[in-house]
Amino acid sequence: MALLEVKDLQVRVEDREILHGLSLTVNDGEVHAIMGPNGSGKSTLSHVIAGKPGYEVTGGQILFRGEDLLEMEPDERAAKGVFLAFQYPVEIPGVTTMNFLRTALNAQRKARGESELLVPDFLKKVRSVAAGLNIPQDMLKRGVNVGFSGGEKKRNEILQMALFEPSLCILDEMDSGLDIDALRIAADGVNALRSPERAMVVITHYQRLLNYIVPDYVHVMAKGRVVKSGGKELALQLEESGYAQFEDAA
Amino acid sequence: MPAVQETVDRVRRIDVDQYRYGFETLIESEKAPKGLSEDIVRFISEKKNEPAWMLEWRLEAYRRWLTMTEPTWARVNYPKIDYQDLYYYAAPKPKKTLSSIDEIDPEILKTYEKLGIPLREVAILEGVEPPPGGEPSEQRKIAVDAVFDSVSVATTFQKELKKAGVIFMPISEAIREHPELVRKYLGSVVPTSDNFFATLNSAVFSDGSFVYVPPGVRCPMELSTYFRINERNTGQFERTLIIADKGSYVSYLEGCTAPQRDENQLHAAVVELVALDDAEIKYSTVQNWYPGNSEGKGGIYNFVTKRGDCRGNHSKISWTQVETGSAITWKYPSCILRGDNSRGEFYSIAISNGYQQVDSGTKMLHLGKNTSSRIISKGIAAGKSQNTYRGLVTAHRKATGARNYTACDSLLIGDKCGAHTVPYVEAKNSSATFEHEATTSKISEDVLFYCTQRGLSQEEAVGLVVNGFVKDVLQQLPMEFAVEAQKLISISLEGSVG
Ligand SMILES: Nc1ncnc2c1ncn2[C@@H]1O[C@H](COP(=O)(O)OP(=O)(O)OP(=O)(O)O)[C@@H](O)[C@H]1O
Ligand SMILES: [Mg+2]
Repeated sequence: MALLEVKDLQVRVEDREILHGLSLTVNDGEVHAIMGPNGSGKSTLSHVIAGKPGYEVTGGQILFRGEDLLEMEPDERAAKGVFLAFQYPVEIPGVTTMNFLRTALNAQRKARGESELLVPDFLKKVRSVAAGLNIPQDMLKRGVNVGFSGGEKKRNEILQMALFEPSLCILDEMDSGLDIDALRIAADGVNALRSPERAMVVITHYQRLLNYIVPDYVHVMAKGRVVKSGGKELALQLEESGYAQFEDAA
Repeated sequence: MPAVQETVDRVRRIDVDQYRYGFETLIESEKAPKGLSEDIVRFISEKKNEPAWMLEWRLEAYRRWLTMTEPTWARVNYPKIDYQDLYYYAAPKPKKTLSSIDEIDPEILKTYEKLGIPLREVAILEGVEPPPGGEPSEQRKIAVDAVFDSVSVATTFQKELKKAGVIFMPISEAIREHPELVRKYLGSVVPTSDNFFATLNSAVFSDGSFVYVPPGVRCPMELSTYFRINERNTGQFERTLIIADKGSYVSYLEGCTAPQRDENQLHAAVVELVALDDAEIKYSTVQNWYPGNSEGKGGIYNFVTKRGDCRGNHSKISWTQVETGSAITWKYPSCILRGDNSRGEFYSIAISNGYQQVDSGTKMLHLGKNTSSRIISKGIAAGKSQNTYRGLVTAHRKATGARNYTACDSLLIGDKCGAHTVPYVEAKNSSATFEHEATTSKISEDVLFYCTQRGLSQEEAVGLVVNGFVKDVLQQLPMEFAVEAQKLISISLEGSVG
């Protein structure tokens, strides 16, 4: 059974159709890249998979290990293993990152019928994951993303991904705002999480990221549809010729 | 954060109506006849065995009250209160005169136990009755004065406090035992003629707490009073007077609850604080009177006058309040910064949900030189509630070098509630520096989605965001209260989203 199956998905926002029958299948352990021009609906797709309110699904379905994802609340999806690294992570003043991570992790564990992680075990885990991503300890004591630089925010997303050990990771433009070194560290963090039990959907505008995170499949999105799929060479081809040919096709 | 989880669990256990203190205690009580007259004032004074000067003081207030009208400037709406349709005195009927805690009606003891205020255990800790086979506990002690309807039913730790020279007793007792102190300070901060509700309180107050900390003494434990309104149609008019003599320090906590009733109940308290040279008073309140049901029926009308006088040089008074209860809150804990270099602080969290109306804030009156004040107000409005911050900061002509910093933040949950900020600032000398910052924000969909994407339920997410929003103020509370307040905040916001 596929891990994620998006079938002929149609989505409206405020009476405007954004996705016009999009299909995508992702199996355990696979890494898929989604590329496409601004406004083609990449973030919309990731939001609908994660369950963000405000989108009206007018047709099609999304199955996660055969279960109807659209019937679940966002927190249920998270507990099942759906993780979205946001293009624009939000700030939560007054709530320390450490506190947030622990509350979230324990909420997920509880939903899965697992026991809460004891504080010493939790701290050990966070510290080792943070060290691997070059995240200083004092960043964890600050409010969630408050005053973080763009790169720090993105690294904080990867930190959470490593901590929650989801089975489907959707990375929405994790490379935007990262300098070369930060990009390498974040990509190494993502690569370390590649495993036969974990699939990834990597949304990006740049071939560069795919040099670090080498995908099994590349999909081109234009105007709310997947218009072409292929292997990693498709990304190189795009870099040369741009999206124009596909926009016409859509 | 385990507290959030715990809160959610607690919220789930609570049935339809969320107020968990809504039970009623069935005890026999003694009431004065309904209504207000000179005779009732005399009746109360006589019940309390008061000296003649006290009765005169009350009568003067009563006559003054007759000439006053109810204030209407606050942003609150409520049907006209019929002051003749209330009981002004209700006391649990004692079986005989009490000489120890064991003689308190067990029903009342049970009530306080249900509220989480173990009067009996606290009495054991006092050392009068050491627990069998055990050393007296080293656990942090809190002395409690419990006020049930109109009377104080128990004050714990009296002996230990006495050793330190601290007087902590019901004000009705203090009037008899320390008349010189009471006469000197009562009404010296909030005069009997101050305002409609304070004047009413002066005429009919029945009990409350009295604290005197002698010069140079740091009160060895937190002092606290728990107020409980039980009787139907009964007003509660408590009066608290705290005096910190030169160089002393005291931290005082106040908590309050009431049964769930369909009719509204009136609560009109007066609190006066006096800090002499180099003294400091820290006054914390967790106000959780019954807020009314989800349709806006019932609930406490809370009209309270709280004022501190930094009478001495280098004195300091700090108010911290967490207001989650009451149908109507009308409350402005204030500081008169009379002494040179004195300092006033006001930290407030005011939460309104359902049909609650909150009009609260503070006054900082700078009279002395180099006085400073700080105001941090966090208003959270949910449901169909209205939440107003009303503040006044003034600097007198002679108050050179006065400084104030004010930050008022409002958070809206949903779109049927309102938050309002009404700051008045008045500097009569040019050396005063007053800073004011205000923000109003909505709890954003994006933040909620971010939290739920990470596994938090909608309720947990709101609890987390709100606790983050009020963090600066929660940190001002003593530990025990901070934990309780954090739980209370989430419970108060139950059902505010979704
Ligand atoms: N809440 C909304 N209201 C109105 N239009 C919206 C809303 N959300 C998305 N859209 C529109 O849907 C389209 C797709 O947006 P989306 O953010 O999914 O694109 P994207 O492919 O992620 O673009 P980018 O590469 O710039 O991140 C855009 O035209 C956008 O304006
Ligand atoms: Mg996007």
